[in-house]
Amino acid sequence: MKPFERVIEWVLFLCALLSIGTTAGIIIVLAVETINFLREVPLADFLFGVEWTPLFATPRFGVLPLVSGTILVSAIAMAVALPMGLLSAIYLSEYAPLTVRRVIKPILEILAGVPTVVYGYFALLFVTPILQSFIPGLAGFNALGPGIVMGIMILPLVSSLSEDAMRGVPRGLREGSYALGATKMQTSLRVVVPAAFSGITAAFILAVSRAIGETMIVAIAAGQQPRLTWNPKVPIETMTTYIVQVSMGDTPQGTLEYRTIFAVGMLLFLGTFGLNLVSAWLRERYREEYA
Amino acid sequence: MTTAARTVPPSLADLASRREPPGITTGPCKIEADHMDFFYGDKRALQEITLKIRPNVVTAFIGPSGCGKSTFLRTLNRMNDIIPGTRVAGKVLIDNANIYAPGVDVVALRRQVGMVFQKSNPFPKSIFENIAYGLRINGMAGNKSELAGRVEESLKQAALWEEVKDRLQDSAQALSGGQQQRLCIARALAVRPDILLMDEPASALDPIATQRIEELVYDLKRSYTIVIVTHNMQQAARVSDYTAFFWLGRLVEYDRTDRIFTAPAEKLTEDYVTGRFG
Amino acid sequence: MSESATVALADQAAARGIRRRRAVDIVFQALALLVLVVTLGALAALIADVWSDGFSRLSWDFVTSFPSRRASQAGIWHALTGSVFVILLTALIAVPIGVAAAIYLEEYGSRSVTARLIEINITNLAAVPSVIYGLLGLGLIVRMLGLGRSVLAGAATLALLVLPVVILSTREALRAVPKSIREGSYALGATKWQTIWHQVLPMAMPGILTGLILALSRAIGETAPLITIGAVTFVTFVPDSIWSPFTVLPIQIFNWVSRPQVEFQTNAAAGILVLLALLLTMNAAAIWLRDRYKRKGAA
Repeated sequence: MKPFERVIEWVLFLCALLSIGTTAGIIIVLAVETINFLREVPLADFLFGVEWTPLFATPRFGVLPLVSGTILVSAIAMAVALPMGLLSAIYLSEYAPLTVRRVIKPILEILAGVPTVVYGYFALLFVTPILQSFIPGLAGFNALGPGIVMGIMILPLVSSLSEDAMRGVPRGLREGSYALGATKMQTSLRVVVPAAFSGITAAFILAVSRAIGETMIVAIAAGQQPRLTWNPKVPIETMTTYIVQVSMGDTPQGTLEYRTIFAVGMLLFLGTFGLNLVSAWLRERYREEYA
Repeated sequence: MTTAARTVPPSLADLASRREPPGITTGPCKIEADHMDFFYGDKRALQEITLKIRPNVVTAFIGPSGCGKSTFLRTLNRMNDIIPGTRVAGKVLIDNANIYAPGVDVVALRRQVGMVFQKSNPFPKSIFENIAYGLRINGMAGNKSELAGRVEESLKQAALWEEVKDRLQDSAQALSGGQQQRLCIARALAVRPDILLMDEPASALDPIATQRIEELVYDLKRSYTIVIVTHNMQQAARVSDYTAFFWLGRLVEYDRTDRIFTAPAEKLTEDYVTGRFG
Repeated sequence: MSESATVALADQAAARGIRRRRAVDIVFQALALLVLVVTLGALAALIADVWSDGFSRLSWDFVTSFPSRRASQAGIWHALTGSVFVILLTALIAVPIGVAAAIYLEEYGSRSVTARLIEINITNLAAVPSVIYGLLGLGLIVRMLGLGRSVLAGAATLALLVLPVVILSTREALRAVPKSIREGSYALGATKWQTIWHQVLPMAMPGILTGLILALSRAIGETAPLITIGAVTFVTFVPDSIWSPFTVLPIQIFNWVSRPQVEFQTNAAAGILVLLALLLTMNAAAIWLRDRYKRKGAA
């Protein structure tokens, strides 16, 4: 091989290696500051403490309020996105005529492409006031409004991934069911969905990961009051909002407050990374079943 | 060229145990295979191929689907190297040099041994650029007028010049199937190979286009050594001077075309050319 | 006698069963359609709401003014130019690296263990929350590499964010180039790189560009990573070099939405309309490219 060709191959290889560098960079940056953080705050206090007040005079570093805030909003979002997304996927994959598909799919793509600040605006200034009109005691900042809007944002993801999973189920299975006299719905729910189960679960897990990592909708509409609660009507704070909140202020490097955003970031990264790995493993298994 | 073997149909085992290669061993030799095996991973696709191809003749490879004739053709310009997991044992020699020796420049080999594919594959460029590309990458382009001259020469060699000389800048994909294949031949000829490998070049074409390709092959053999794979026995009989019959990865018989088709030495060959199988 | 009665009974039961199942089937379809209507309705409500809130504020003045304490005089010029500047720089960084990485993975390394590892890594990176990229940017680019809170730092961070998407879509575009073209090139004595540079890449270019535009249209709406690396929220100038501080349109929108005064919320809505218009243009360009590519490539 000419030396020029070899040089080219090396340059291309290094560019591909950069992606490993990115992951390494993320892990190192988070780890370094988290370790520094844990030098001053015991791990048990961080993971199991119930008060998060790092900027107060007597700071407390229990991350559970942030975690509960994240979980609360994500749970509401999943309650919206999962059933509706799955239903939409079943309809698009098994029922919808071509004309309907051609209209619905672009709309779902548009929904997925709207920037999250816009959704945040929508949650704060449209959805919450409407909810307030029939839910007594709903605060201006709460978990319900952004949760619902986040669900609508994630719905296209659930729908398209589930649809892909169902499309991977071989036609023969469906035909076997129809031949026995089953209706479309019975075939979908009893044959196709169970056959696509690991693919659909992979989609669900990915959606949860997306919800947990979402920032702007909650930063705008959920509030900045870390609170360990399951009440969706009051202001809370999520892990992502906290990171943004501190970044907007002027936090000097090397202070404990600066390190808190990395510690919270590390927790967030580990959570989503774990979920992504499980989702990828499930998808691989699914592909092997039907490849 | 034994006639005694005709009374008892030979088994493949018989063929394998023969000492001498089943074909012509004297005379000038352009391409030679010497006990060559070819593997796709663990699967052996070609076994103990030994033959000598003469220069400036047309040699046809015939045999039923999957017999390995295309695979063998592709070993002659190391095209199979692109497929991962392939392996060659034994030797393939061109002008008495083993092309599978370590350190052989495959890129230079492929310029010397041109190939035309079953389905014509013109690049999505103009007719002119299709031919100029091969010249440019091999450093044979020269200045503008030299390049234009070489493009014209190749198109004339491929009997396409008259049809496209006024529209050289048009897209090659606008040509008919037969014209595209002749363009691919011109493209291959432009880089001045001395061997031309053709893998079922007319199988996707109508009878008239096929006839033109066959005429072209007949004209070209004066200047090139041509090896043509074909599943059409009449074509092989029309076009080639020598024919090699492959079956299940082995070379069964290799002889002058007229002998193969009128008085083959092997029963297997006779069965195939008379249409009893394949 | 009794046999036909049993058969008749069985028939009746079967008939009832079928009727019931058909009814359920129809209910299911209605439910699914309801879901889609709700989804459509949400999108429509969103657009209608933003439009009604912000349309009145849209004007050439609004686009070309700088922010101000007084809502009625505040504009988005700094944020708009910041966004465009950052996105162009992001493309400049992400395209060569992303296309190079994709070429390596698709043409050179597709079977090796290292390549497989890189592939898995890229798929994972595509699912990492954007705010984490902000932390990476903060820790690595801003502090360690000392680029400060500059346009360059913002573009580098966004480039890392969109790199997985660019790589994945470029690979698809490369994969779509037929094998016969590559073989035809090799058969003429071309090297691998000659084949890639002269044949494969030009054929894949429309697909690559489409993927790039879609990746960039995602990047232009990104807020969290840029806030995290310190994009300033009150900026009164147009960024004049890659080293200057900056802000982007989504951050300005975020800033305005966070204020309680209705006038600022109106500004936010107007800003959203401009952002959506920008996105619409980019996506329309991508779709136009995709269509042209389909027409050309259908040979």
